[in-house]
Amino acid sequence: MENPDLLEEKIMSTDPNPAASSSAKPNSLGDISATRQANRQPGNRPLGSGLEARGIHAWFGKNHVLEDVSLDFAAGTVTALIGPSGCGKSTFIRTLNRMHEFIPGAAMAGEVLLDGKDVYDPGIDVTKIRLQIGMVFQKPNPFPSMTIGENVLSGIKLAQLKVDNKDDLLEECLVRAGLWSEVKDRLGAHAGGLSGGQQQRLCIARALAVKPKVLLMDEPCSALDPGSTLRIEDTIVELAKNITIVIVTHNMQQAARVSDYTSFFLSDGGPGQMIEVGPTSQIFSRPVDQRTENYVSGRFG
Amino acid sequence: MNSEIIKPEKPWVLTPRQVAPRALLFSLAFFATIFTLNLTSFNGKLGFFFLLFAYSSAANLTYNVRKHGRKAIGESIAGSLILGGSLVVFLPVFSILFTTLQNGISGLHFTLFTESMSEASFIDPIGNGGLLHALIGTIYLIVISAVISVPMGIITALYLTEIKGPGSRFIQFVVQAMSGVPSVVAGLFIFSSVILLTPIKASSFAGALSLAILMIPTVTRTSQEVLLLVPSDLREAGLAMGATQWKTVVTIVVPAARNGLITATILGVARIAGETAPLIFTLGGADKVNLNPFKDYNSALPFYVWKGLSLGTPESLARAWSGILVLIVLVLSLFILARTFGSQKFKK
Repeated sequence: MENPDLLEEKIMSTDPNPAASSSAKPNSLGDISATRQANRQPGNRPLGSGLEARGIHAWFGKNHVLEDVSLDFAAGTVTALIGPSGCGKSTFIRTLNRMHEFIPGAAMAGEVLLDGKDVYDPGIDVTKIRLQIGMVFQKPNPFPSMTIGENVLSGIKLAQLKVDNKDDLLEECLVRAGLWSEVKDRLGAHAGGLSGGQQQRLCIARALAVKPKVLLMDEPCSALDPGSTLRIEDTIVELAKNITIVIVTHNMQQAARVSDYTSFFLSDGGPGQMIEVGPTSQIFSRPVDQRTENYVSGRFG
Repeated sequence: MNSEIIKPEKPWVLTPRQVAPRALLFSLAFFATIFTLNLTSFNGKLGFFFLLFAYSSAANLTYNVRKHGRKAIGESIAGSLILGGSLVVFLPVFSILFTTLQNGISGLHFTLFTESMSEASFIDPIGNGGLLHALIGTIYLIVISAVISVPMGIITALYLTEIKGPGSRFIQFVVQAMSGVPSVVAGLFIFSSVILLTPIKASSFAGALSLAILMIPTVTRTSQEVLLLVPSDLREAGLAMGATQWKTVVTIVVPAARNGLITATILGVARIAGETAPLIFTLGGADKVNLNPFKDYNSALPFYVWKGLSLGTPESLARAWSGILVLIVLVLSLFILARTFGSQKFKK
C-alpha cells in the first residue's frame, strides 16, 4: 500500500505550482477562447457550465500516467479527446468528476474548476459534483434489477432529488437520448432486453435525468455497431445545445463529426501528455504539432 | 403434396433407427446383469446398479468403437466416467430421500401435528402423541437464528466487499475460522458464556444463539461471493450520478445480488436446521409444547429424532423416521418459499 503522506509529498515535488506550469505550456488557452468567441452565436447562451482543468497529473501507485494537462471546456461545446490507447484520456476525464479516486492506489494533482470552483476543494460535497458532471461509460451498464423506466429515473432515487412530474421527466430524457419512440410501449420491461445501442442510449437518458451541466463520455460507442453509433452521435449534437460535453473516442471520424474542439493526447512511454488542442477543423486539417498530424492522418509513429 | 410448405425439423435428434441398436445393447446389458446376479454372489440394489453400469458402459464402448473407430475409445470412456461420477453423487441423495420416505411414512398419522409427547411415550403405539412440540421448537430455532445471522452476515459481507474498511483482512480471517468451528463447540460456548453467566437459561433462544454462531459464517461467505459477482461498472454508474456509497449499495448492488443473497440465507438455514450437537447444552429438551422461546426447555426435530433412535423399539424408531421426514419436508418447503418469494419481482 502507498503511504498517502509520501504520495502527497511526491506530488508536490513533481509539480510545486500546477497553475504556473500550465500557463507556460505552448498550447495557450488564449487561442482557444478566441476561437470559441468567434464560434459562439450571439444571443444563443449555452445552458451548460464551463469546466477548466489546470495542470492535472495522475498516478496509479508509483506509476505516473498523466502529466500536466490543462484544458478549458467552454460552456455548451463538445470537446473530443483523441489519442492512442494508454495515453491517459480516460484517466483524465475520470479526474474531472472525481471518479479517479475510486481506483485503489490512485493519486492526482492539479485543479478542476466547475464554474470557477475547484471540485477537489476539501469543503465541497463530492456527490453534488458528480450530479453536475454526469458520465456515460464505455460499456453500456443499465441496472439489471430495474425496468427501463426505473433505470432512467434511478438518478433521482440515488441522489434523493425531488421531482414534480416523473412521467414528464422520463419522457423528456428518453426523447433527448433518442430512445423514446423505441421504448415508450415497454417502459416496464427489463433493461437487459434492449440491444447494446439502445442500452447505451438508456444510459445517456439516465445520466440526463439528474440535469447535469457537463456530460463526460468515455468511448460511448466503442462497443456499438455503426448504426447505433450514428444515432448516439445525433444525440450528442442535439445535447450539446444545452450542456457541455467531453467525449473520449478512438474513432477520428466521430471526433470530426461531433466535436467543436479536439484535443490530442499522447504518451511516449512515460506519462500521457496533452500534445495539442484546437478547433476540430484545425486539428484535422492543419495541426501545429507534427505528432498530431501523424496521428490524425493515420501515419502514426 | 404440400411440398411448398416447409416443416420445422430437428435433424440433430436421433431417429428411431439410430436409437434402436443402443437400446438393444442396453437391454442386453440389463439381462446380463440379472443373469450375473443370479449366478454369482453379487446381489442387492447396489450390486445391480454397479453391474448394470459396468455392462452398459462396456456395451457402449464396443458400439462406439465399431461405429467410429479407435478415436472413440477415449470419448466413450470419459463419457462413462462422467456419468458414473454424477451417479455416485446423486445416488446417496436419492437414497436418503427414498429411505426416509419409505421408513417415515409408516409413522405418519393424524395427531402427529396436533399433539406433543407430554402424555405419550416414545414406546407407545404409533397413534399416540405427536411431534408438534418439536416442530414448533425447530421453527423457533430457525426463525430466531435467521433473524440474528442473516442481517449480521449480509452486513459483514457488505463491509468486506463494498467498504473494505479497516480490519477487513482480520474479519475475513475470523469468518473463515468461524466456519470451521465444530458445532458442539458452538453449543459449549453459549453454555459457558450465556447460560452459566447470564439470566438466559437453556431455551429456544439460547439454542438459536448457538446455531447463529454456525450460520453467520455461512451467510457471510455466500453473500460475499454473490456481491463480488455484481459488476463494478454498476457501482461506478451509481456513484457517477451523485449517489452516496450507501445509496449505491442499497439501490443498486443489493437488488442486483438479491437472488444470490436469498440463496445465502437458504444455505445458512440448511446449515443449522439439522444440527443436534449444540442443542444438547442449550435447548434442554422437552416433551410438551413450549410457546415461549425465551423461557424453559424446548424441543426440536433433531432432538426428537435423536430421542426416538436412542430408545430403539420399533415404535420409537418409526417416530424417529417420521421426525426426519418432517424435518426434510420443512426445510424443503422453506427453500421453495424463499425461491418463489425471491424471484417474484422478475416474473412480471
